[in-house]
Amino acid sequence: MKITLNNREESIDKEMMTLQELIDYKNFTFKLLVTKVNGKLVKKDQRDRAIVRDGDKVTVLHLVSGG
Amino acid sequence: MKFSQIKSILSKKTIGIAGCGGLGSNCAVALARVGVGKLVIADFDVIDESNLNRQYYYFDQVGQKKAFTLQDNLYFVNESVKVEAHDLKLGPEDIIEIYKDCDVIVEAFDLAEMKEMILETVLENIPDTPLVMGVGMAGWGDNNSLQTRYEGNLYICGDERSEIAEDLPPLAPRVGIVAYMQANQVLEILLKGERE
Repeated sequence: MKITLNNREESIDKEMMTLQELIDYKNFTFKLLVTKVNGKLVKKDQRDRAIVRDGDKVTVLHLVSGG
Repeated sequence: MKFSQIKSILSKKTIGIAGCGGLGSNCAVALARVGVGKLVIADFDVIDESNLNRQYYYFDQVGQKKAFTLQDNLYFVNESVKVEAHDLKLGPEDIIEIYKDCDVIVEAFDLAEMKEMILETVLENIPDTPLVMGVGMAGWGDNNSLQTRYEGNLYICGDERSEIAEDLPPLAPRVGIVAYMQANQVLEILLKGERE
């Protein structure tokens, strides 16, 4: 499937995967992540149920302290 | 656009700023200087001497409430700006209540958990309101790592990497740059489509 991840095109050798699998695959290990699929917020506890398919737009934001 | 035209547009706008620390105090000052109509500011904290390395307060204001003190300081910057100040630790309900009628919301918290909270709250409840966040600005140097990422109504200013730590403190220059990037992004949003 081809998806857009954080505004970049990404090809992954799978038909579909859960958002959590995508996060693991991409090795996003940061503590605090906020995720969106096709513009809609997906909360942490829903990531292993949210399916990412070909053409989807995924955003993974990594939040750090400071301000 | 001439400054008089810019001011006339901005004078009708309301900007919410969540947090009155390094990001919030400096961003508010920039927006007050250009003459926005109204700022809605909120913070529960009091000014500590350690805040003076980056926040828009003065030595004789140590110990005072940040929200009300920033309101005072903004008056000296531009007395025509209306400022609604809340001495409050913001939770999801407060954010919806206080900021739902704002034209733009600026996230200006220090803790990552609070940044997560406001981001989720805005995305879930008031997704049509643009949110301008500051993420990653600890330390010094490396000017060119500070940038802005767009994603629908969400704007993220900063390097999205550097996290504050004992040996990587938040300091006036980088925090100030990101605060002013946020203010600059607010202007871009508010003036979009107004250019002649």
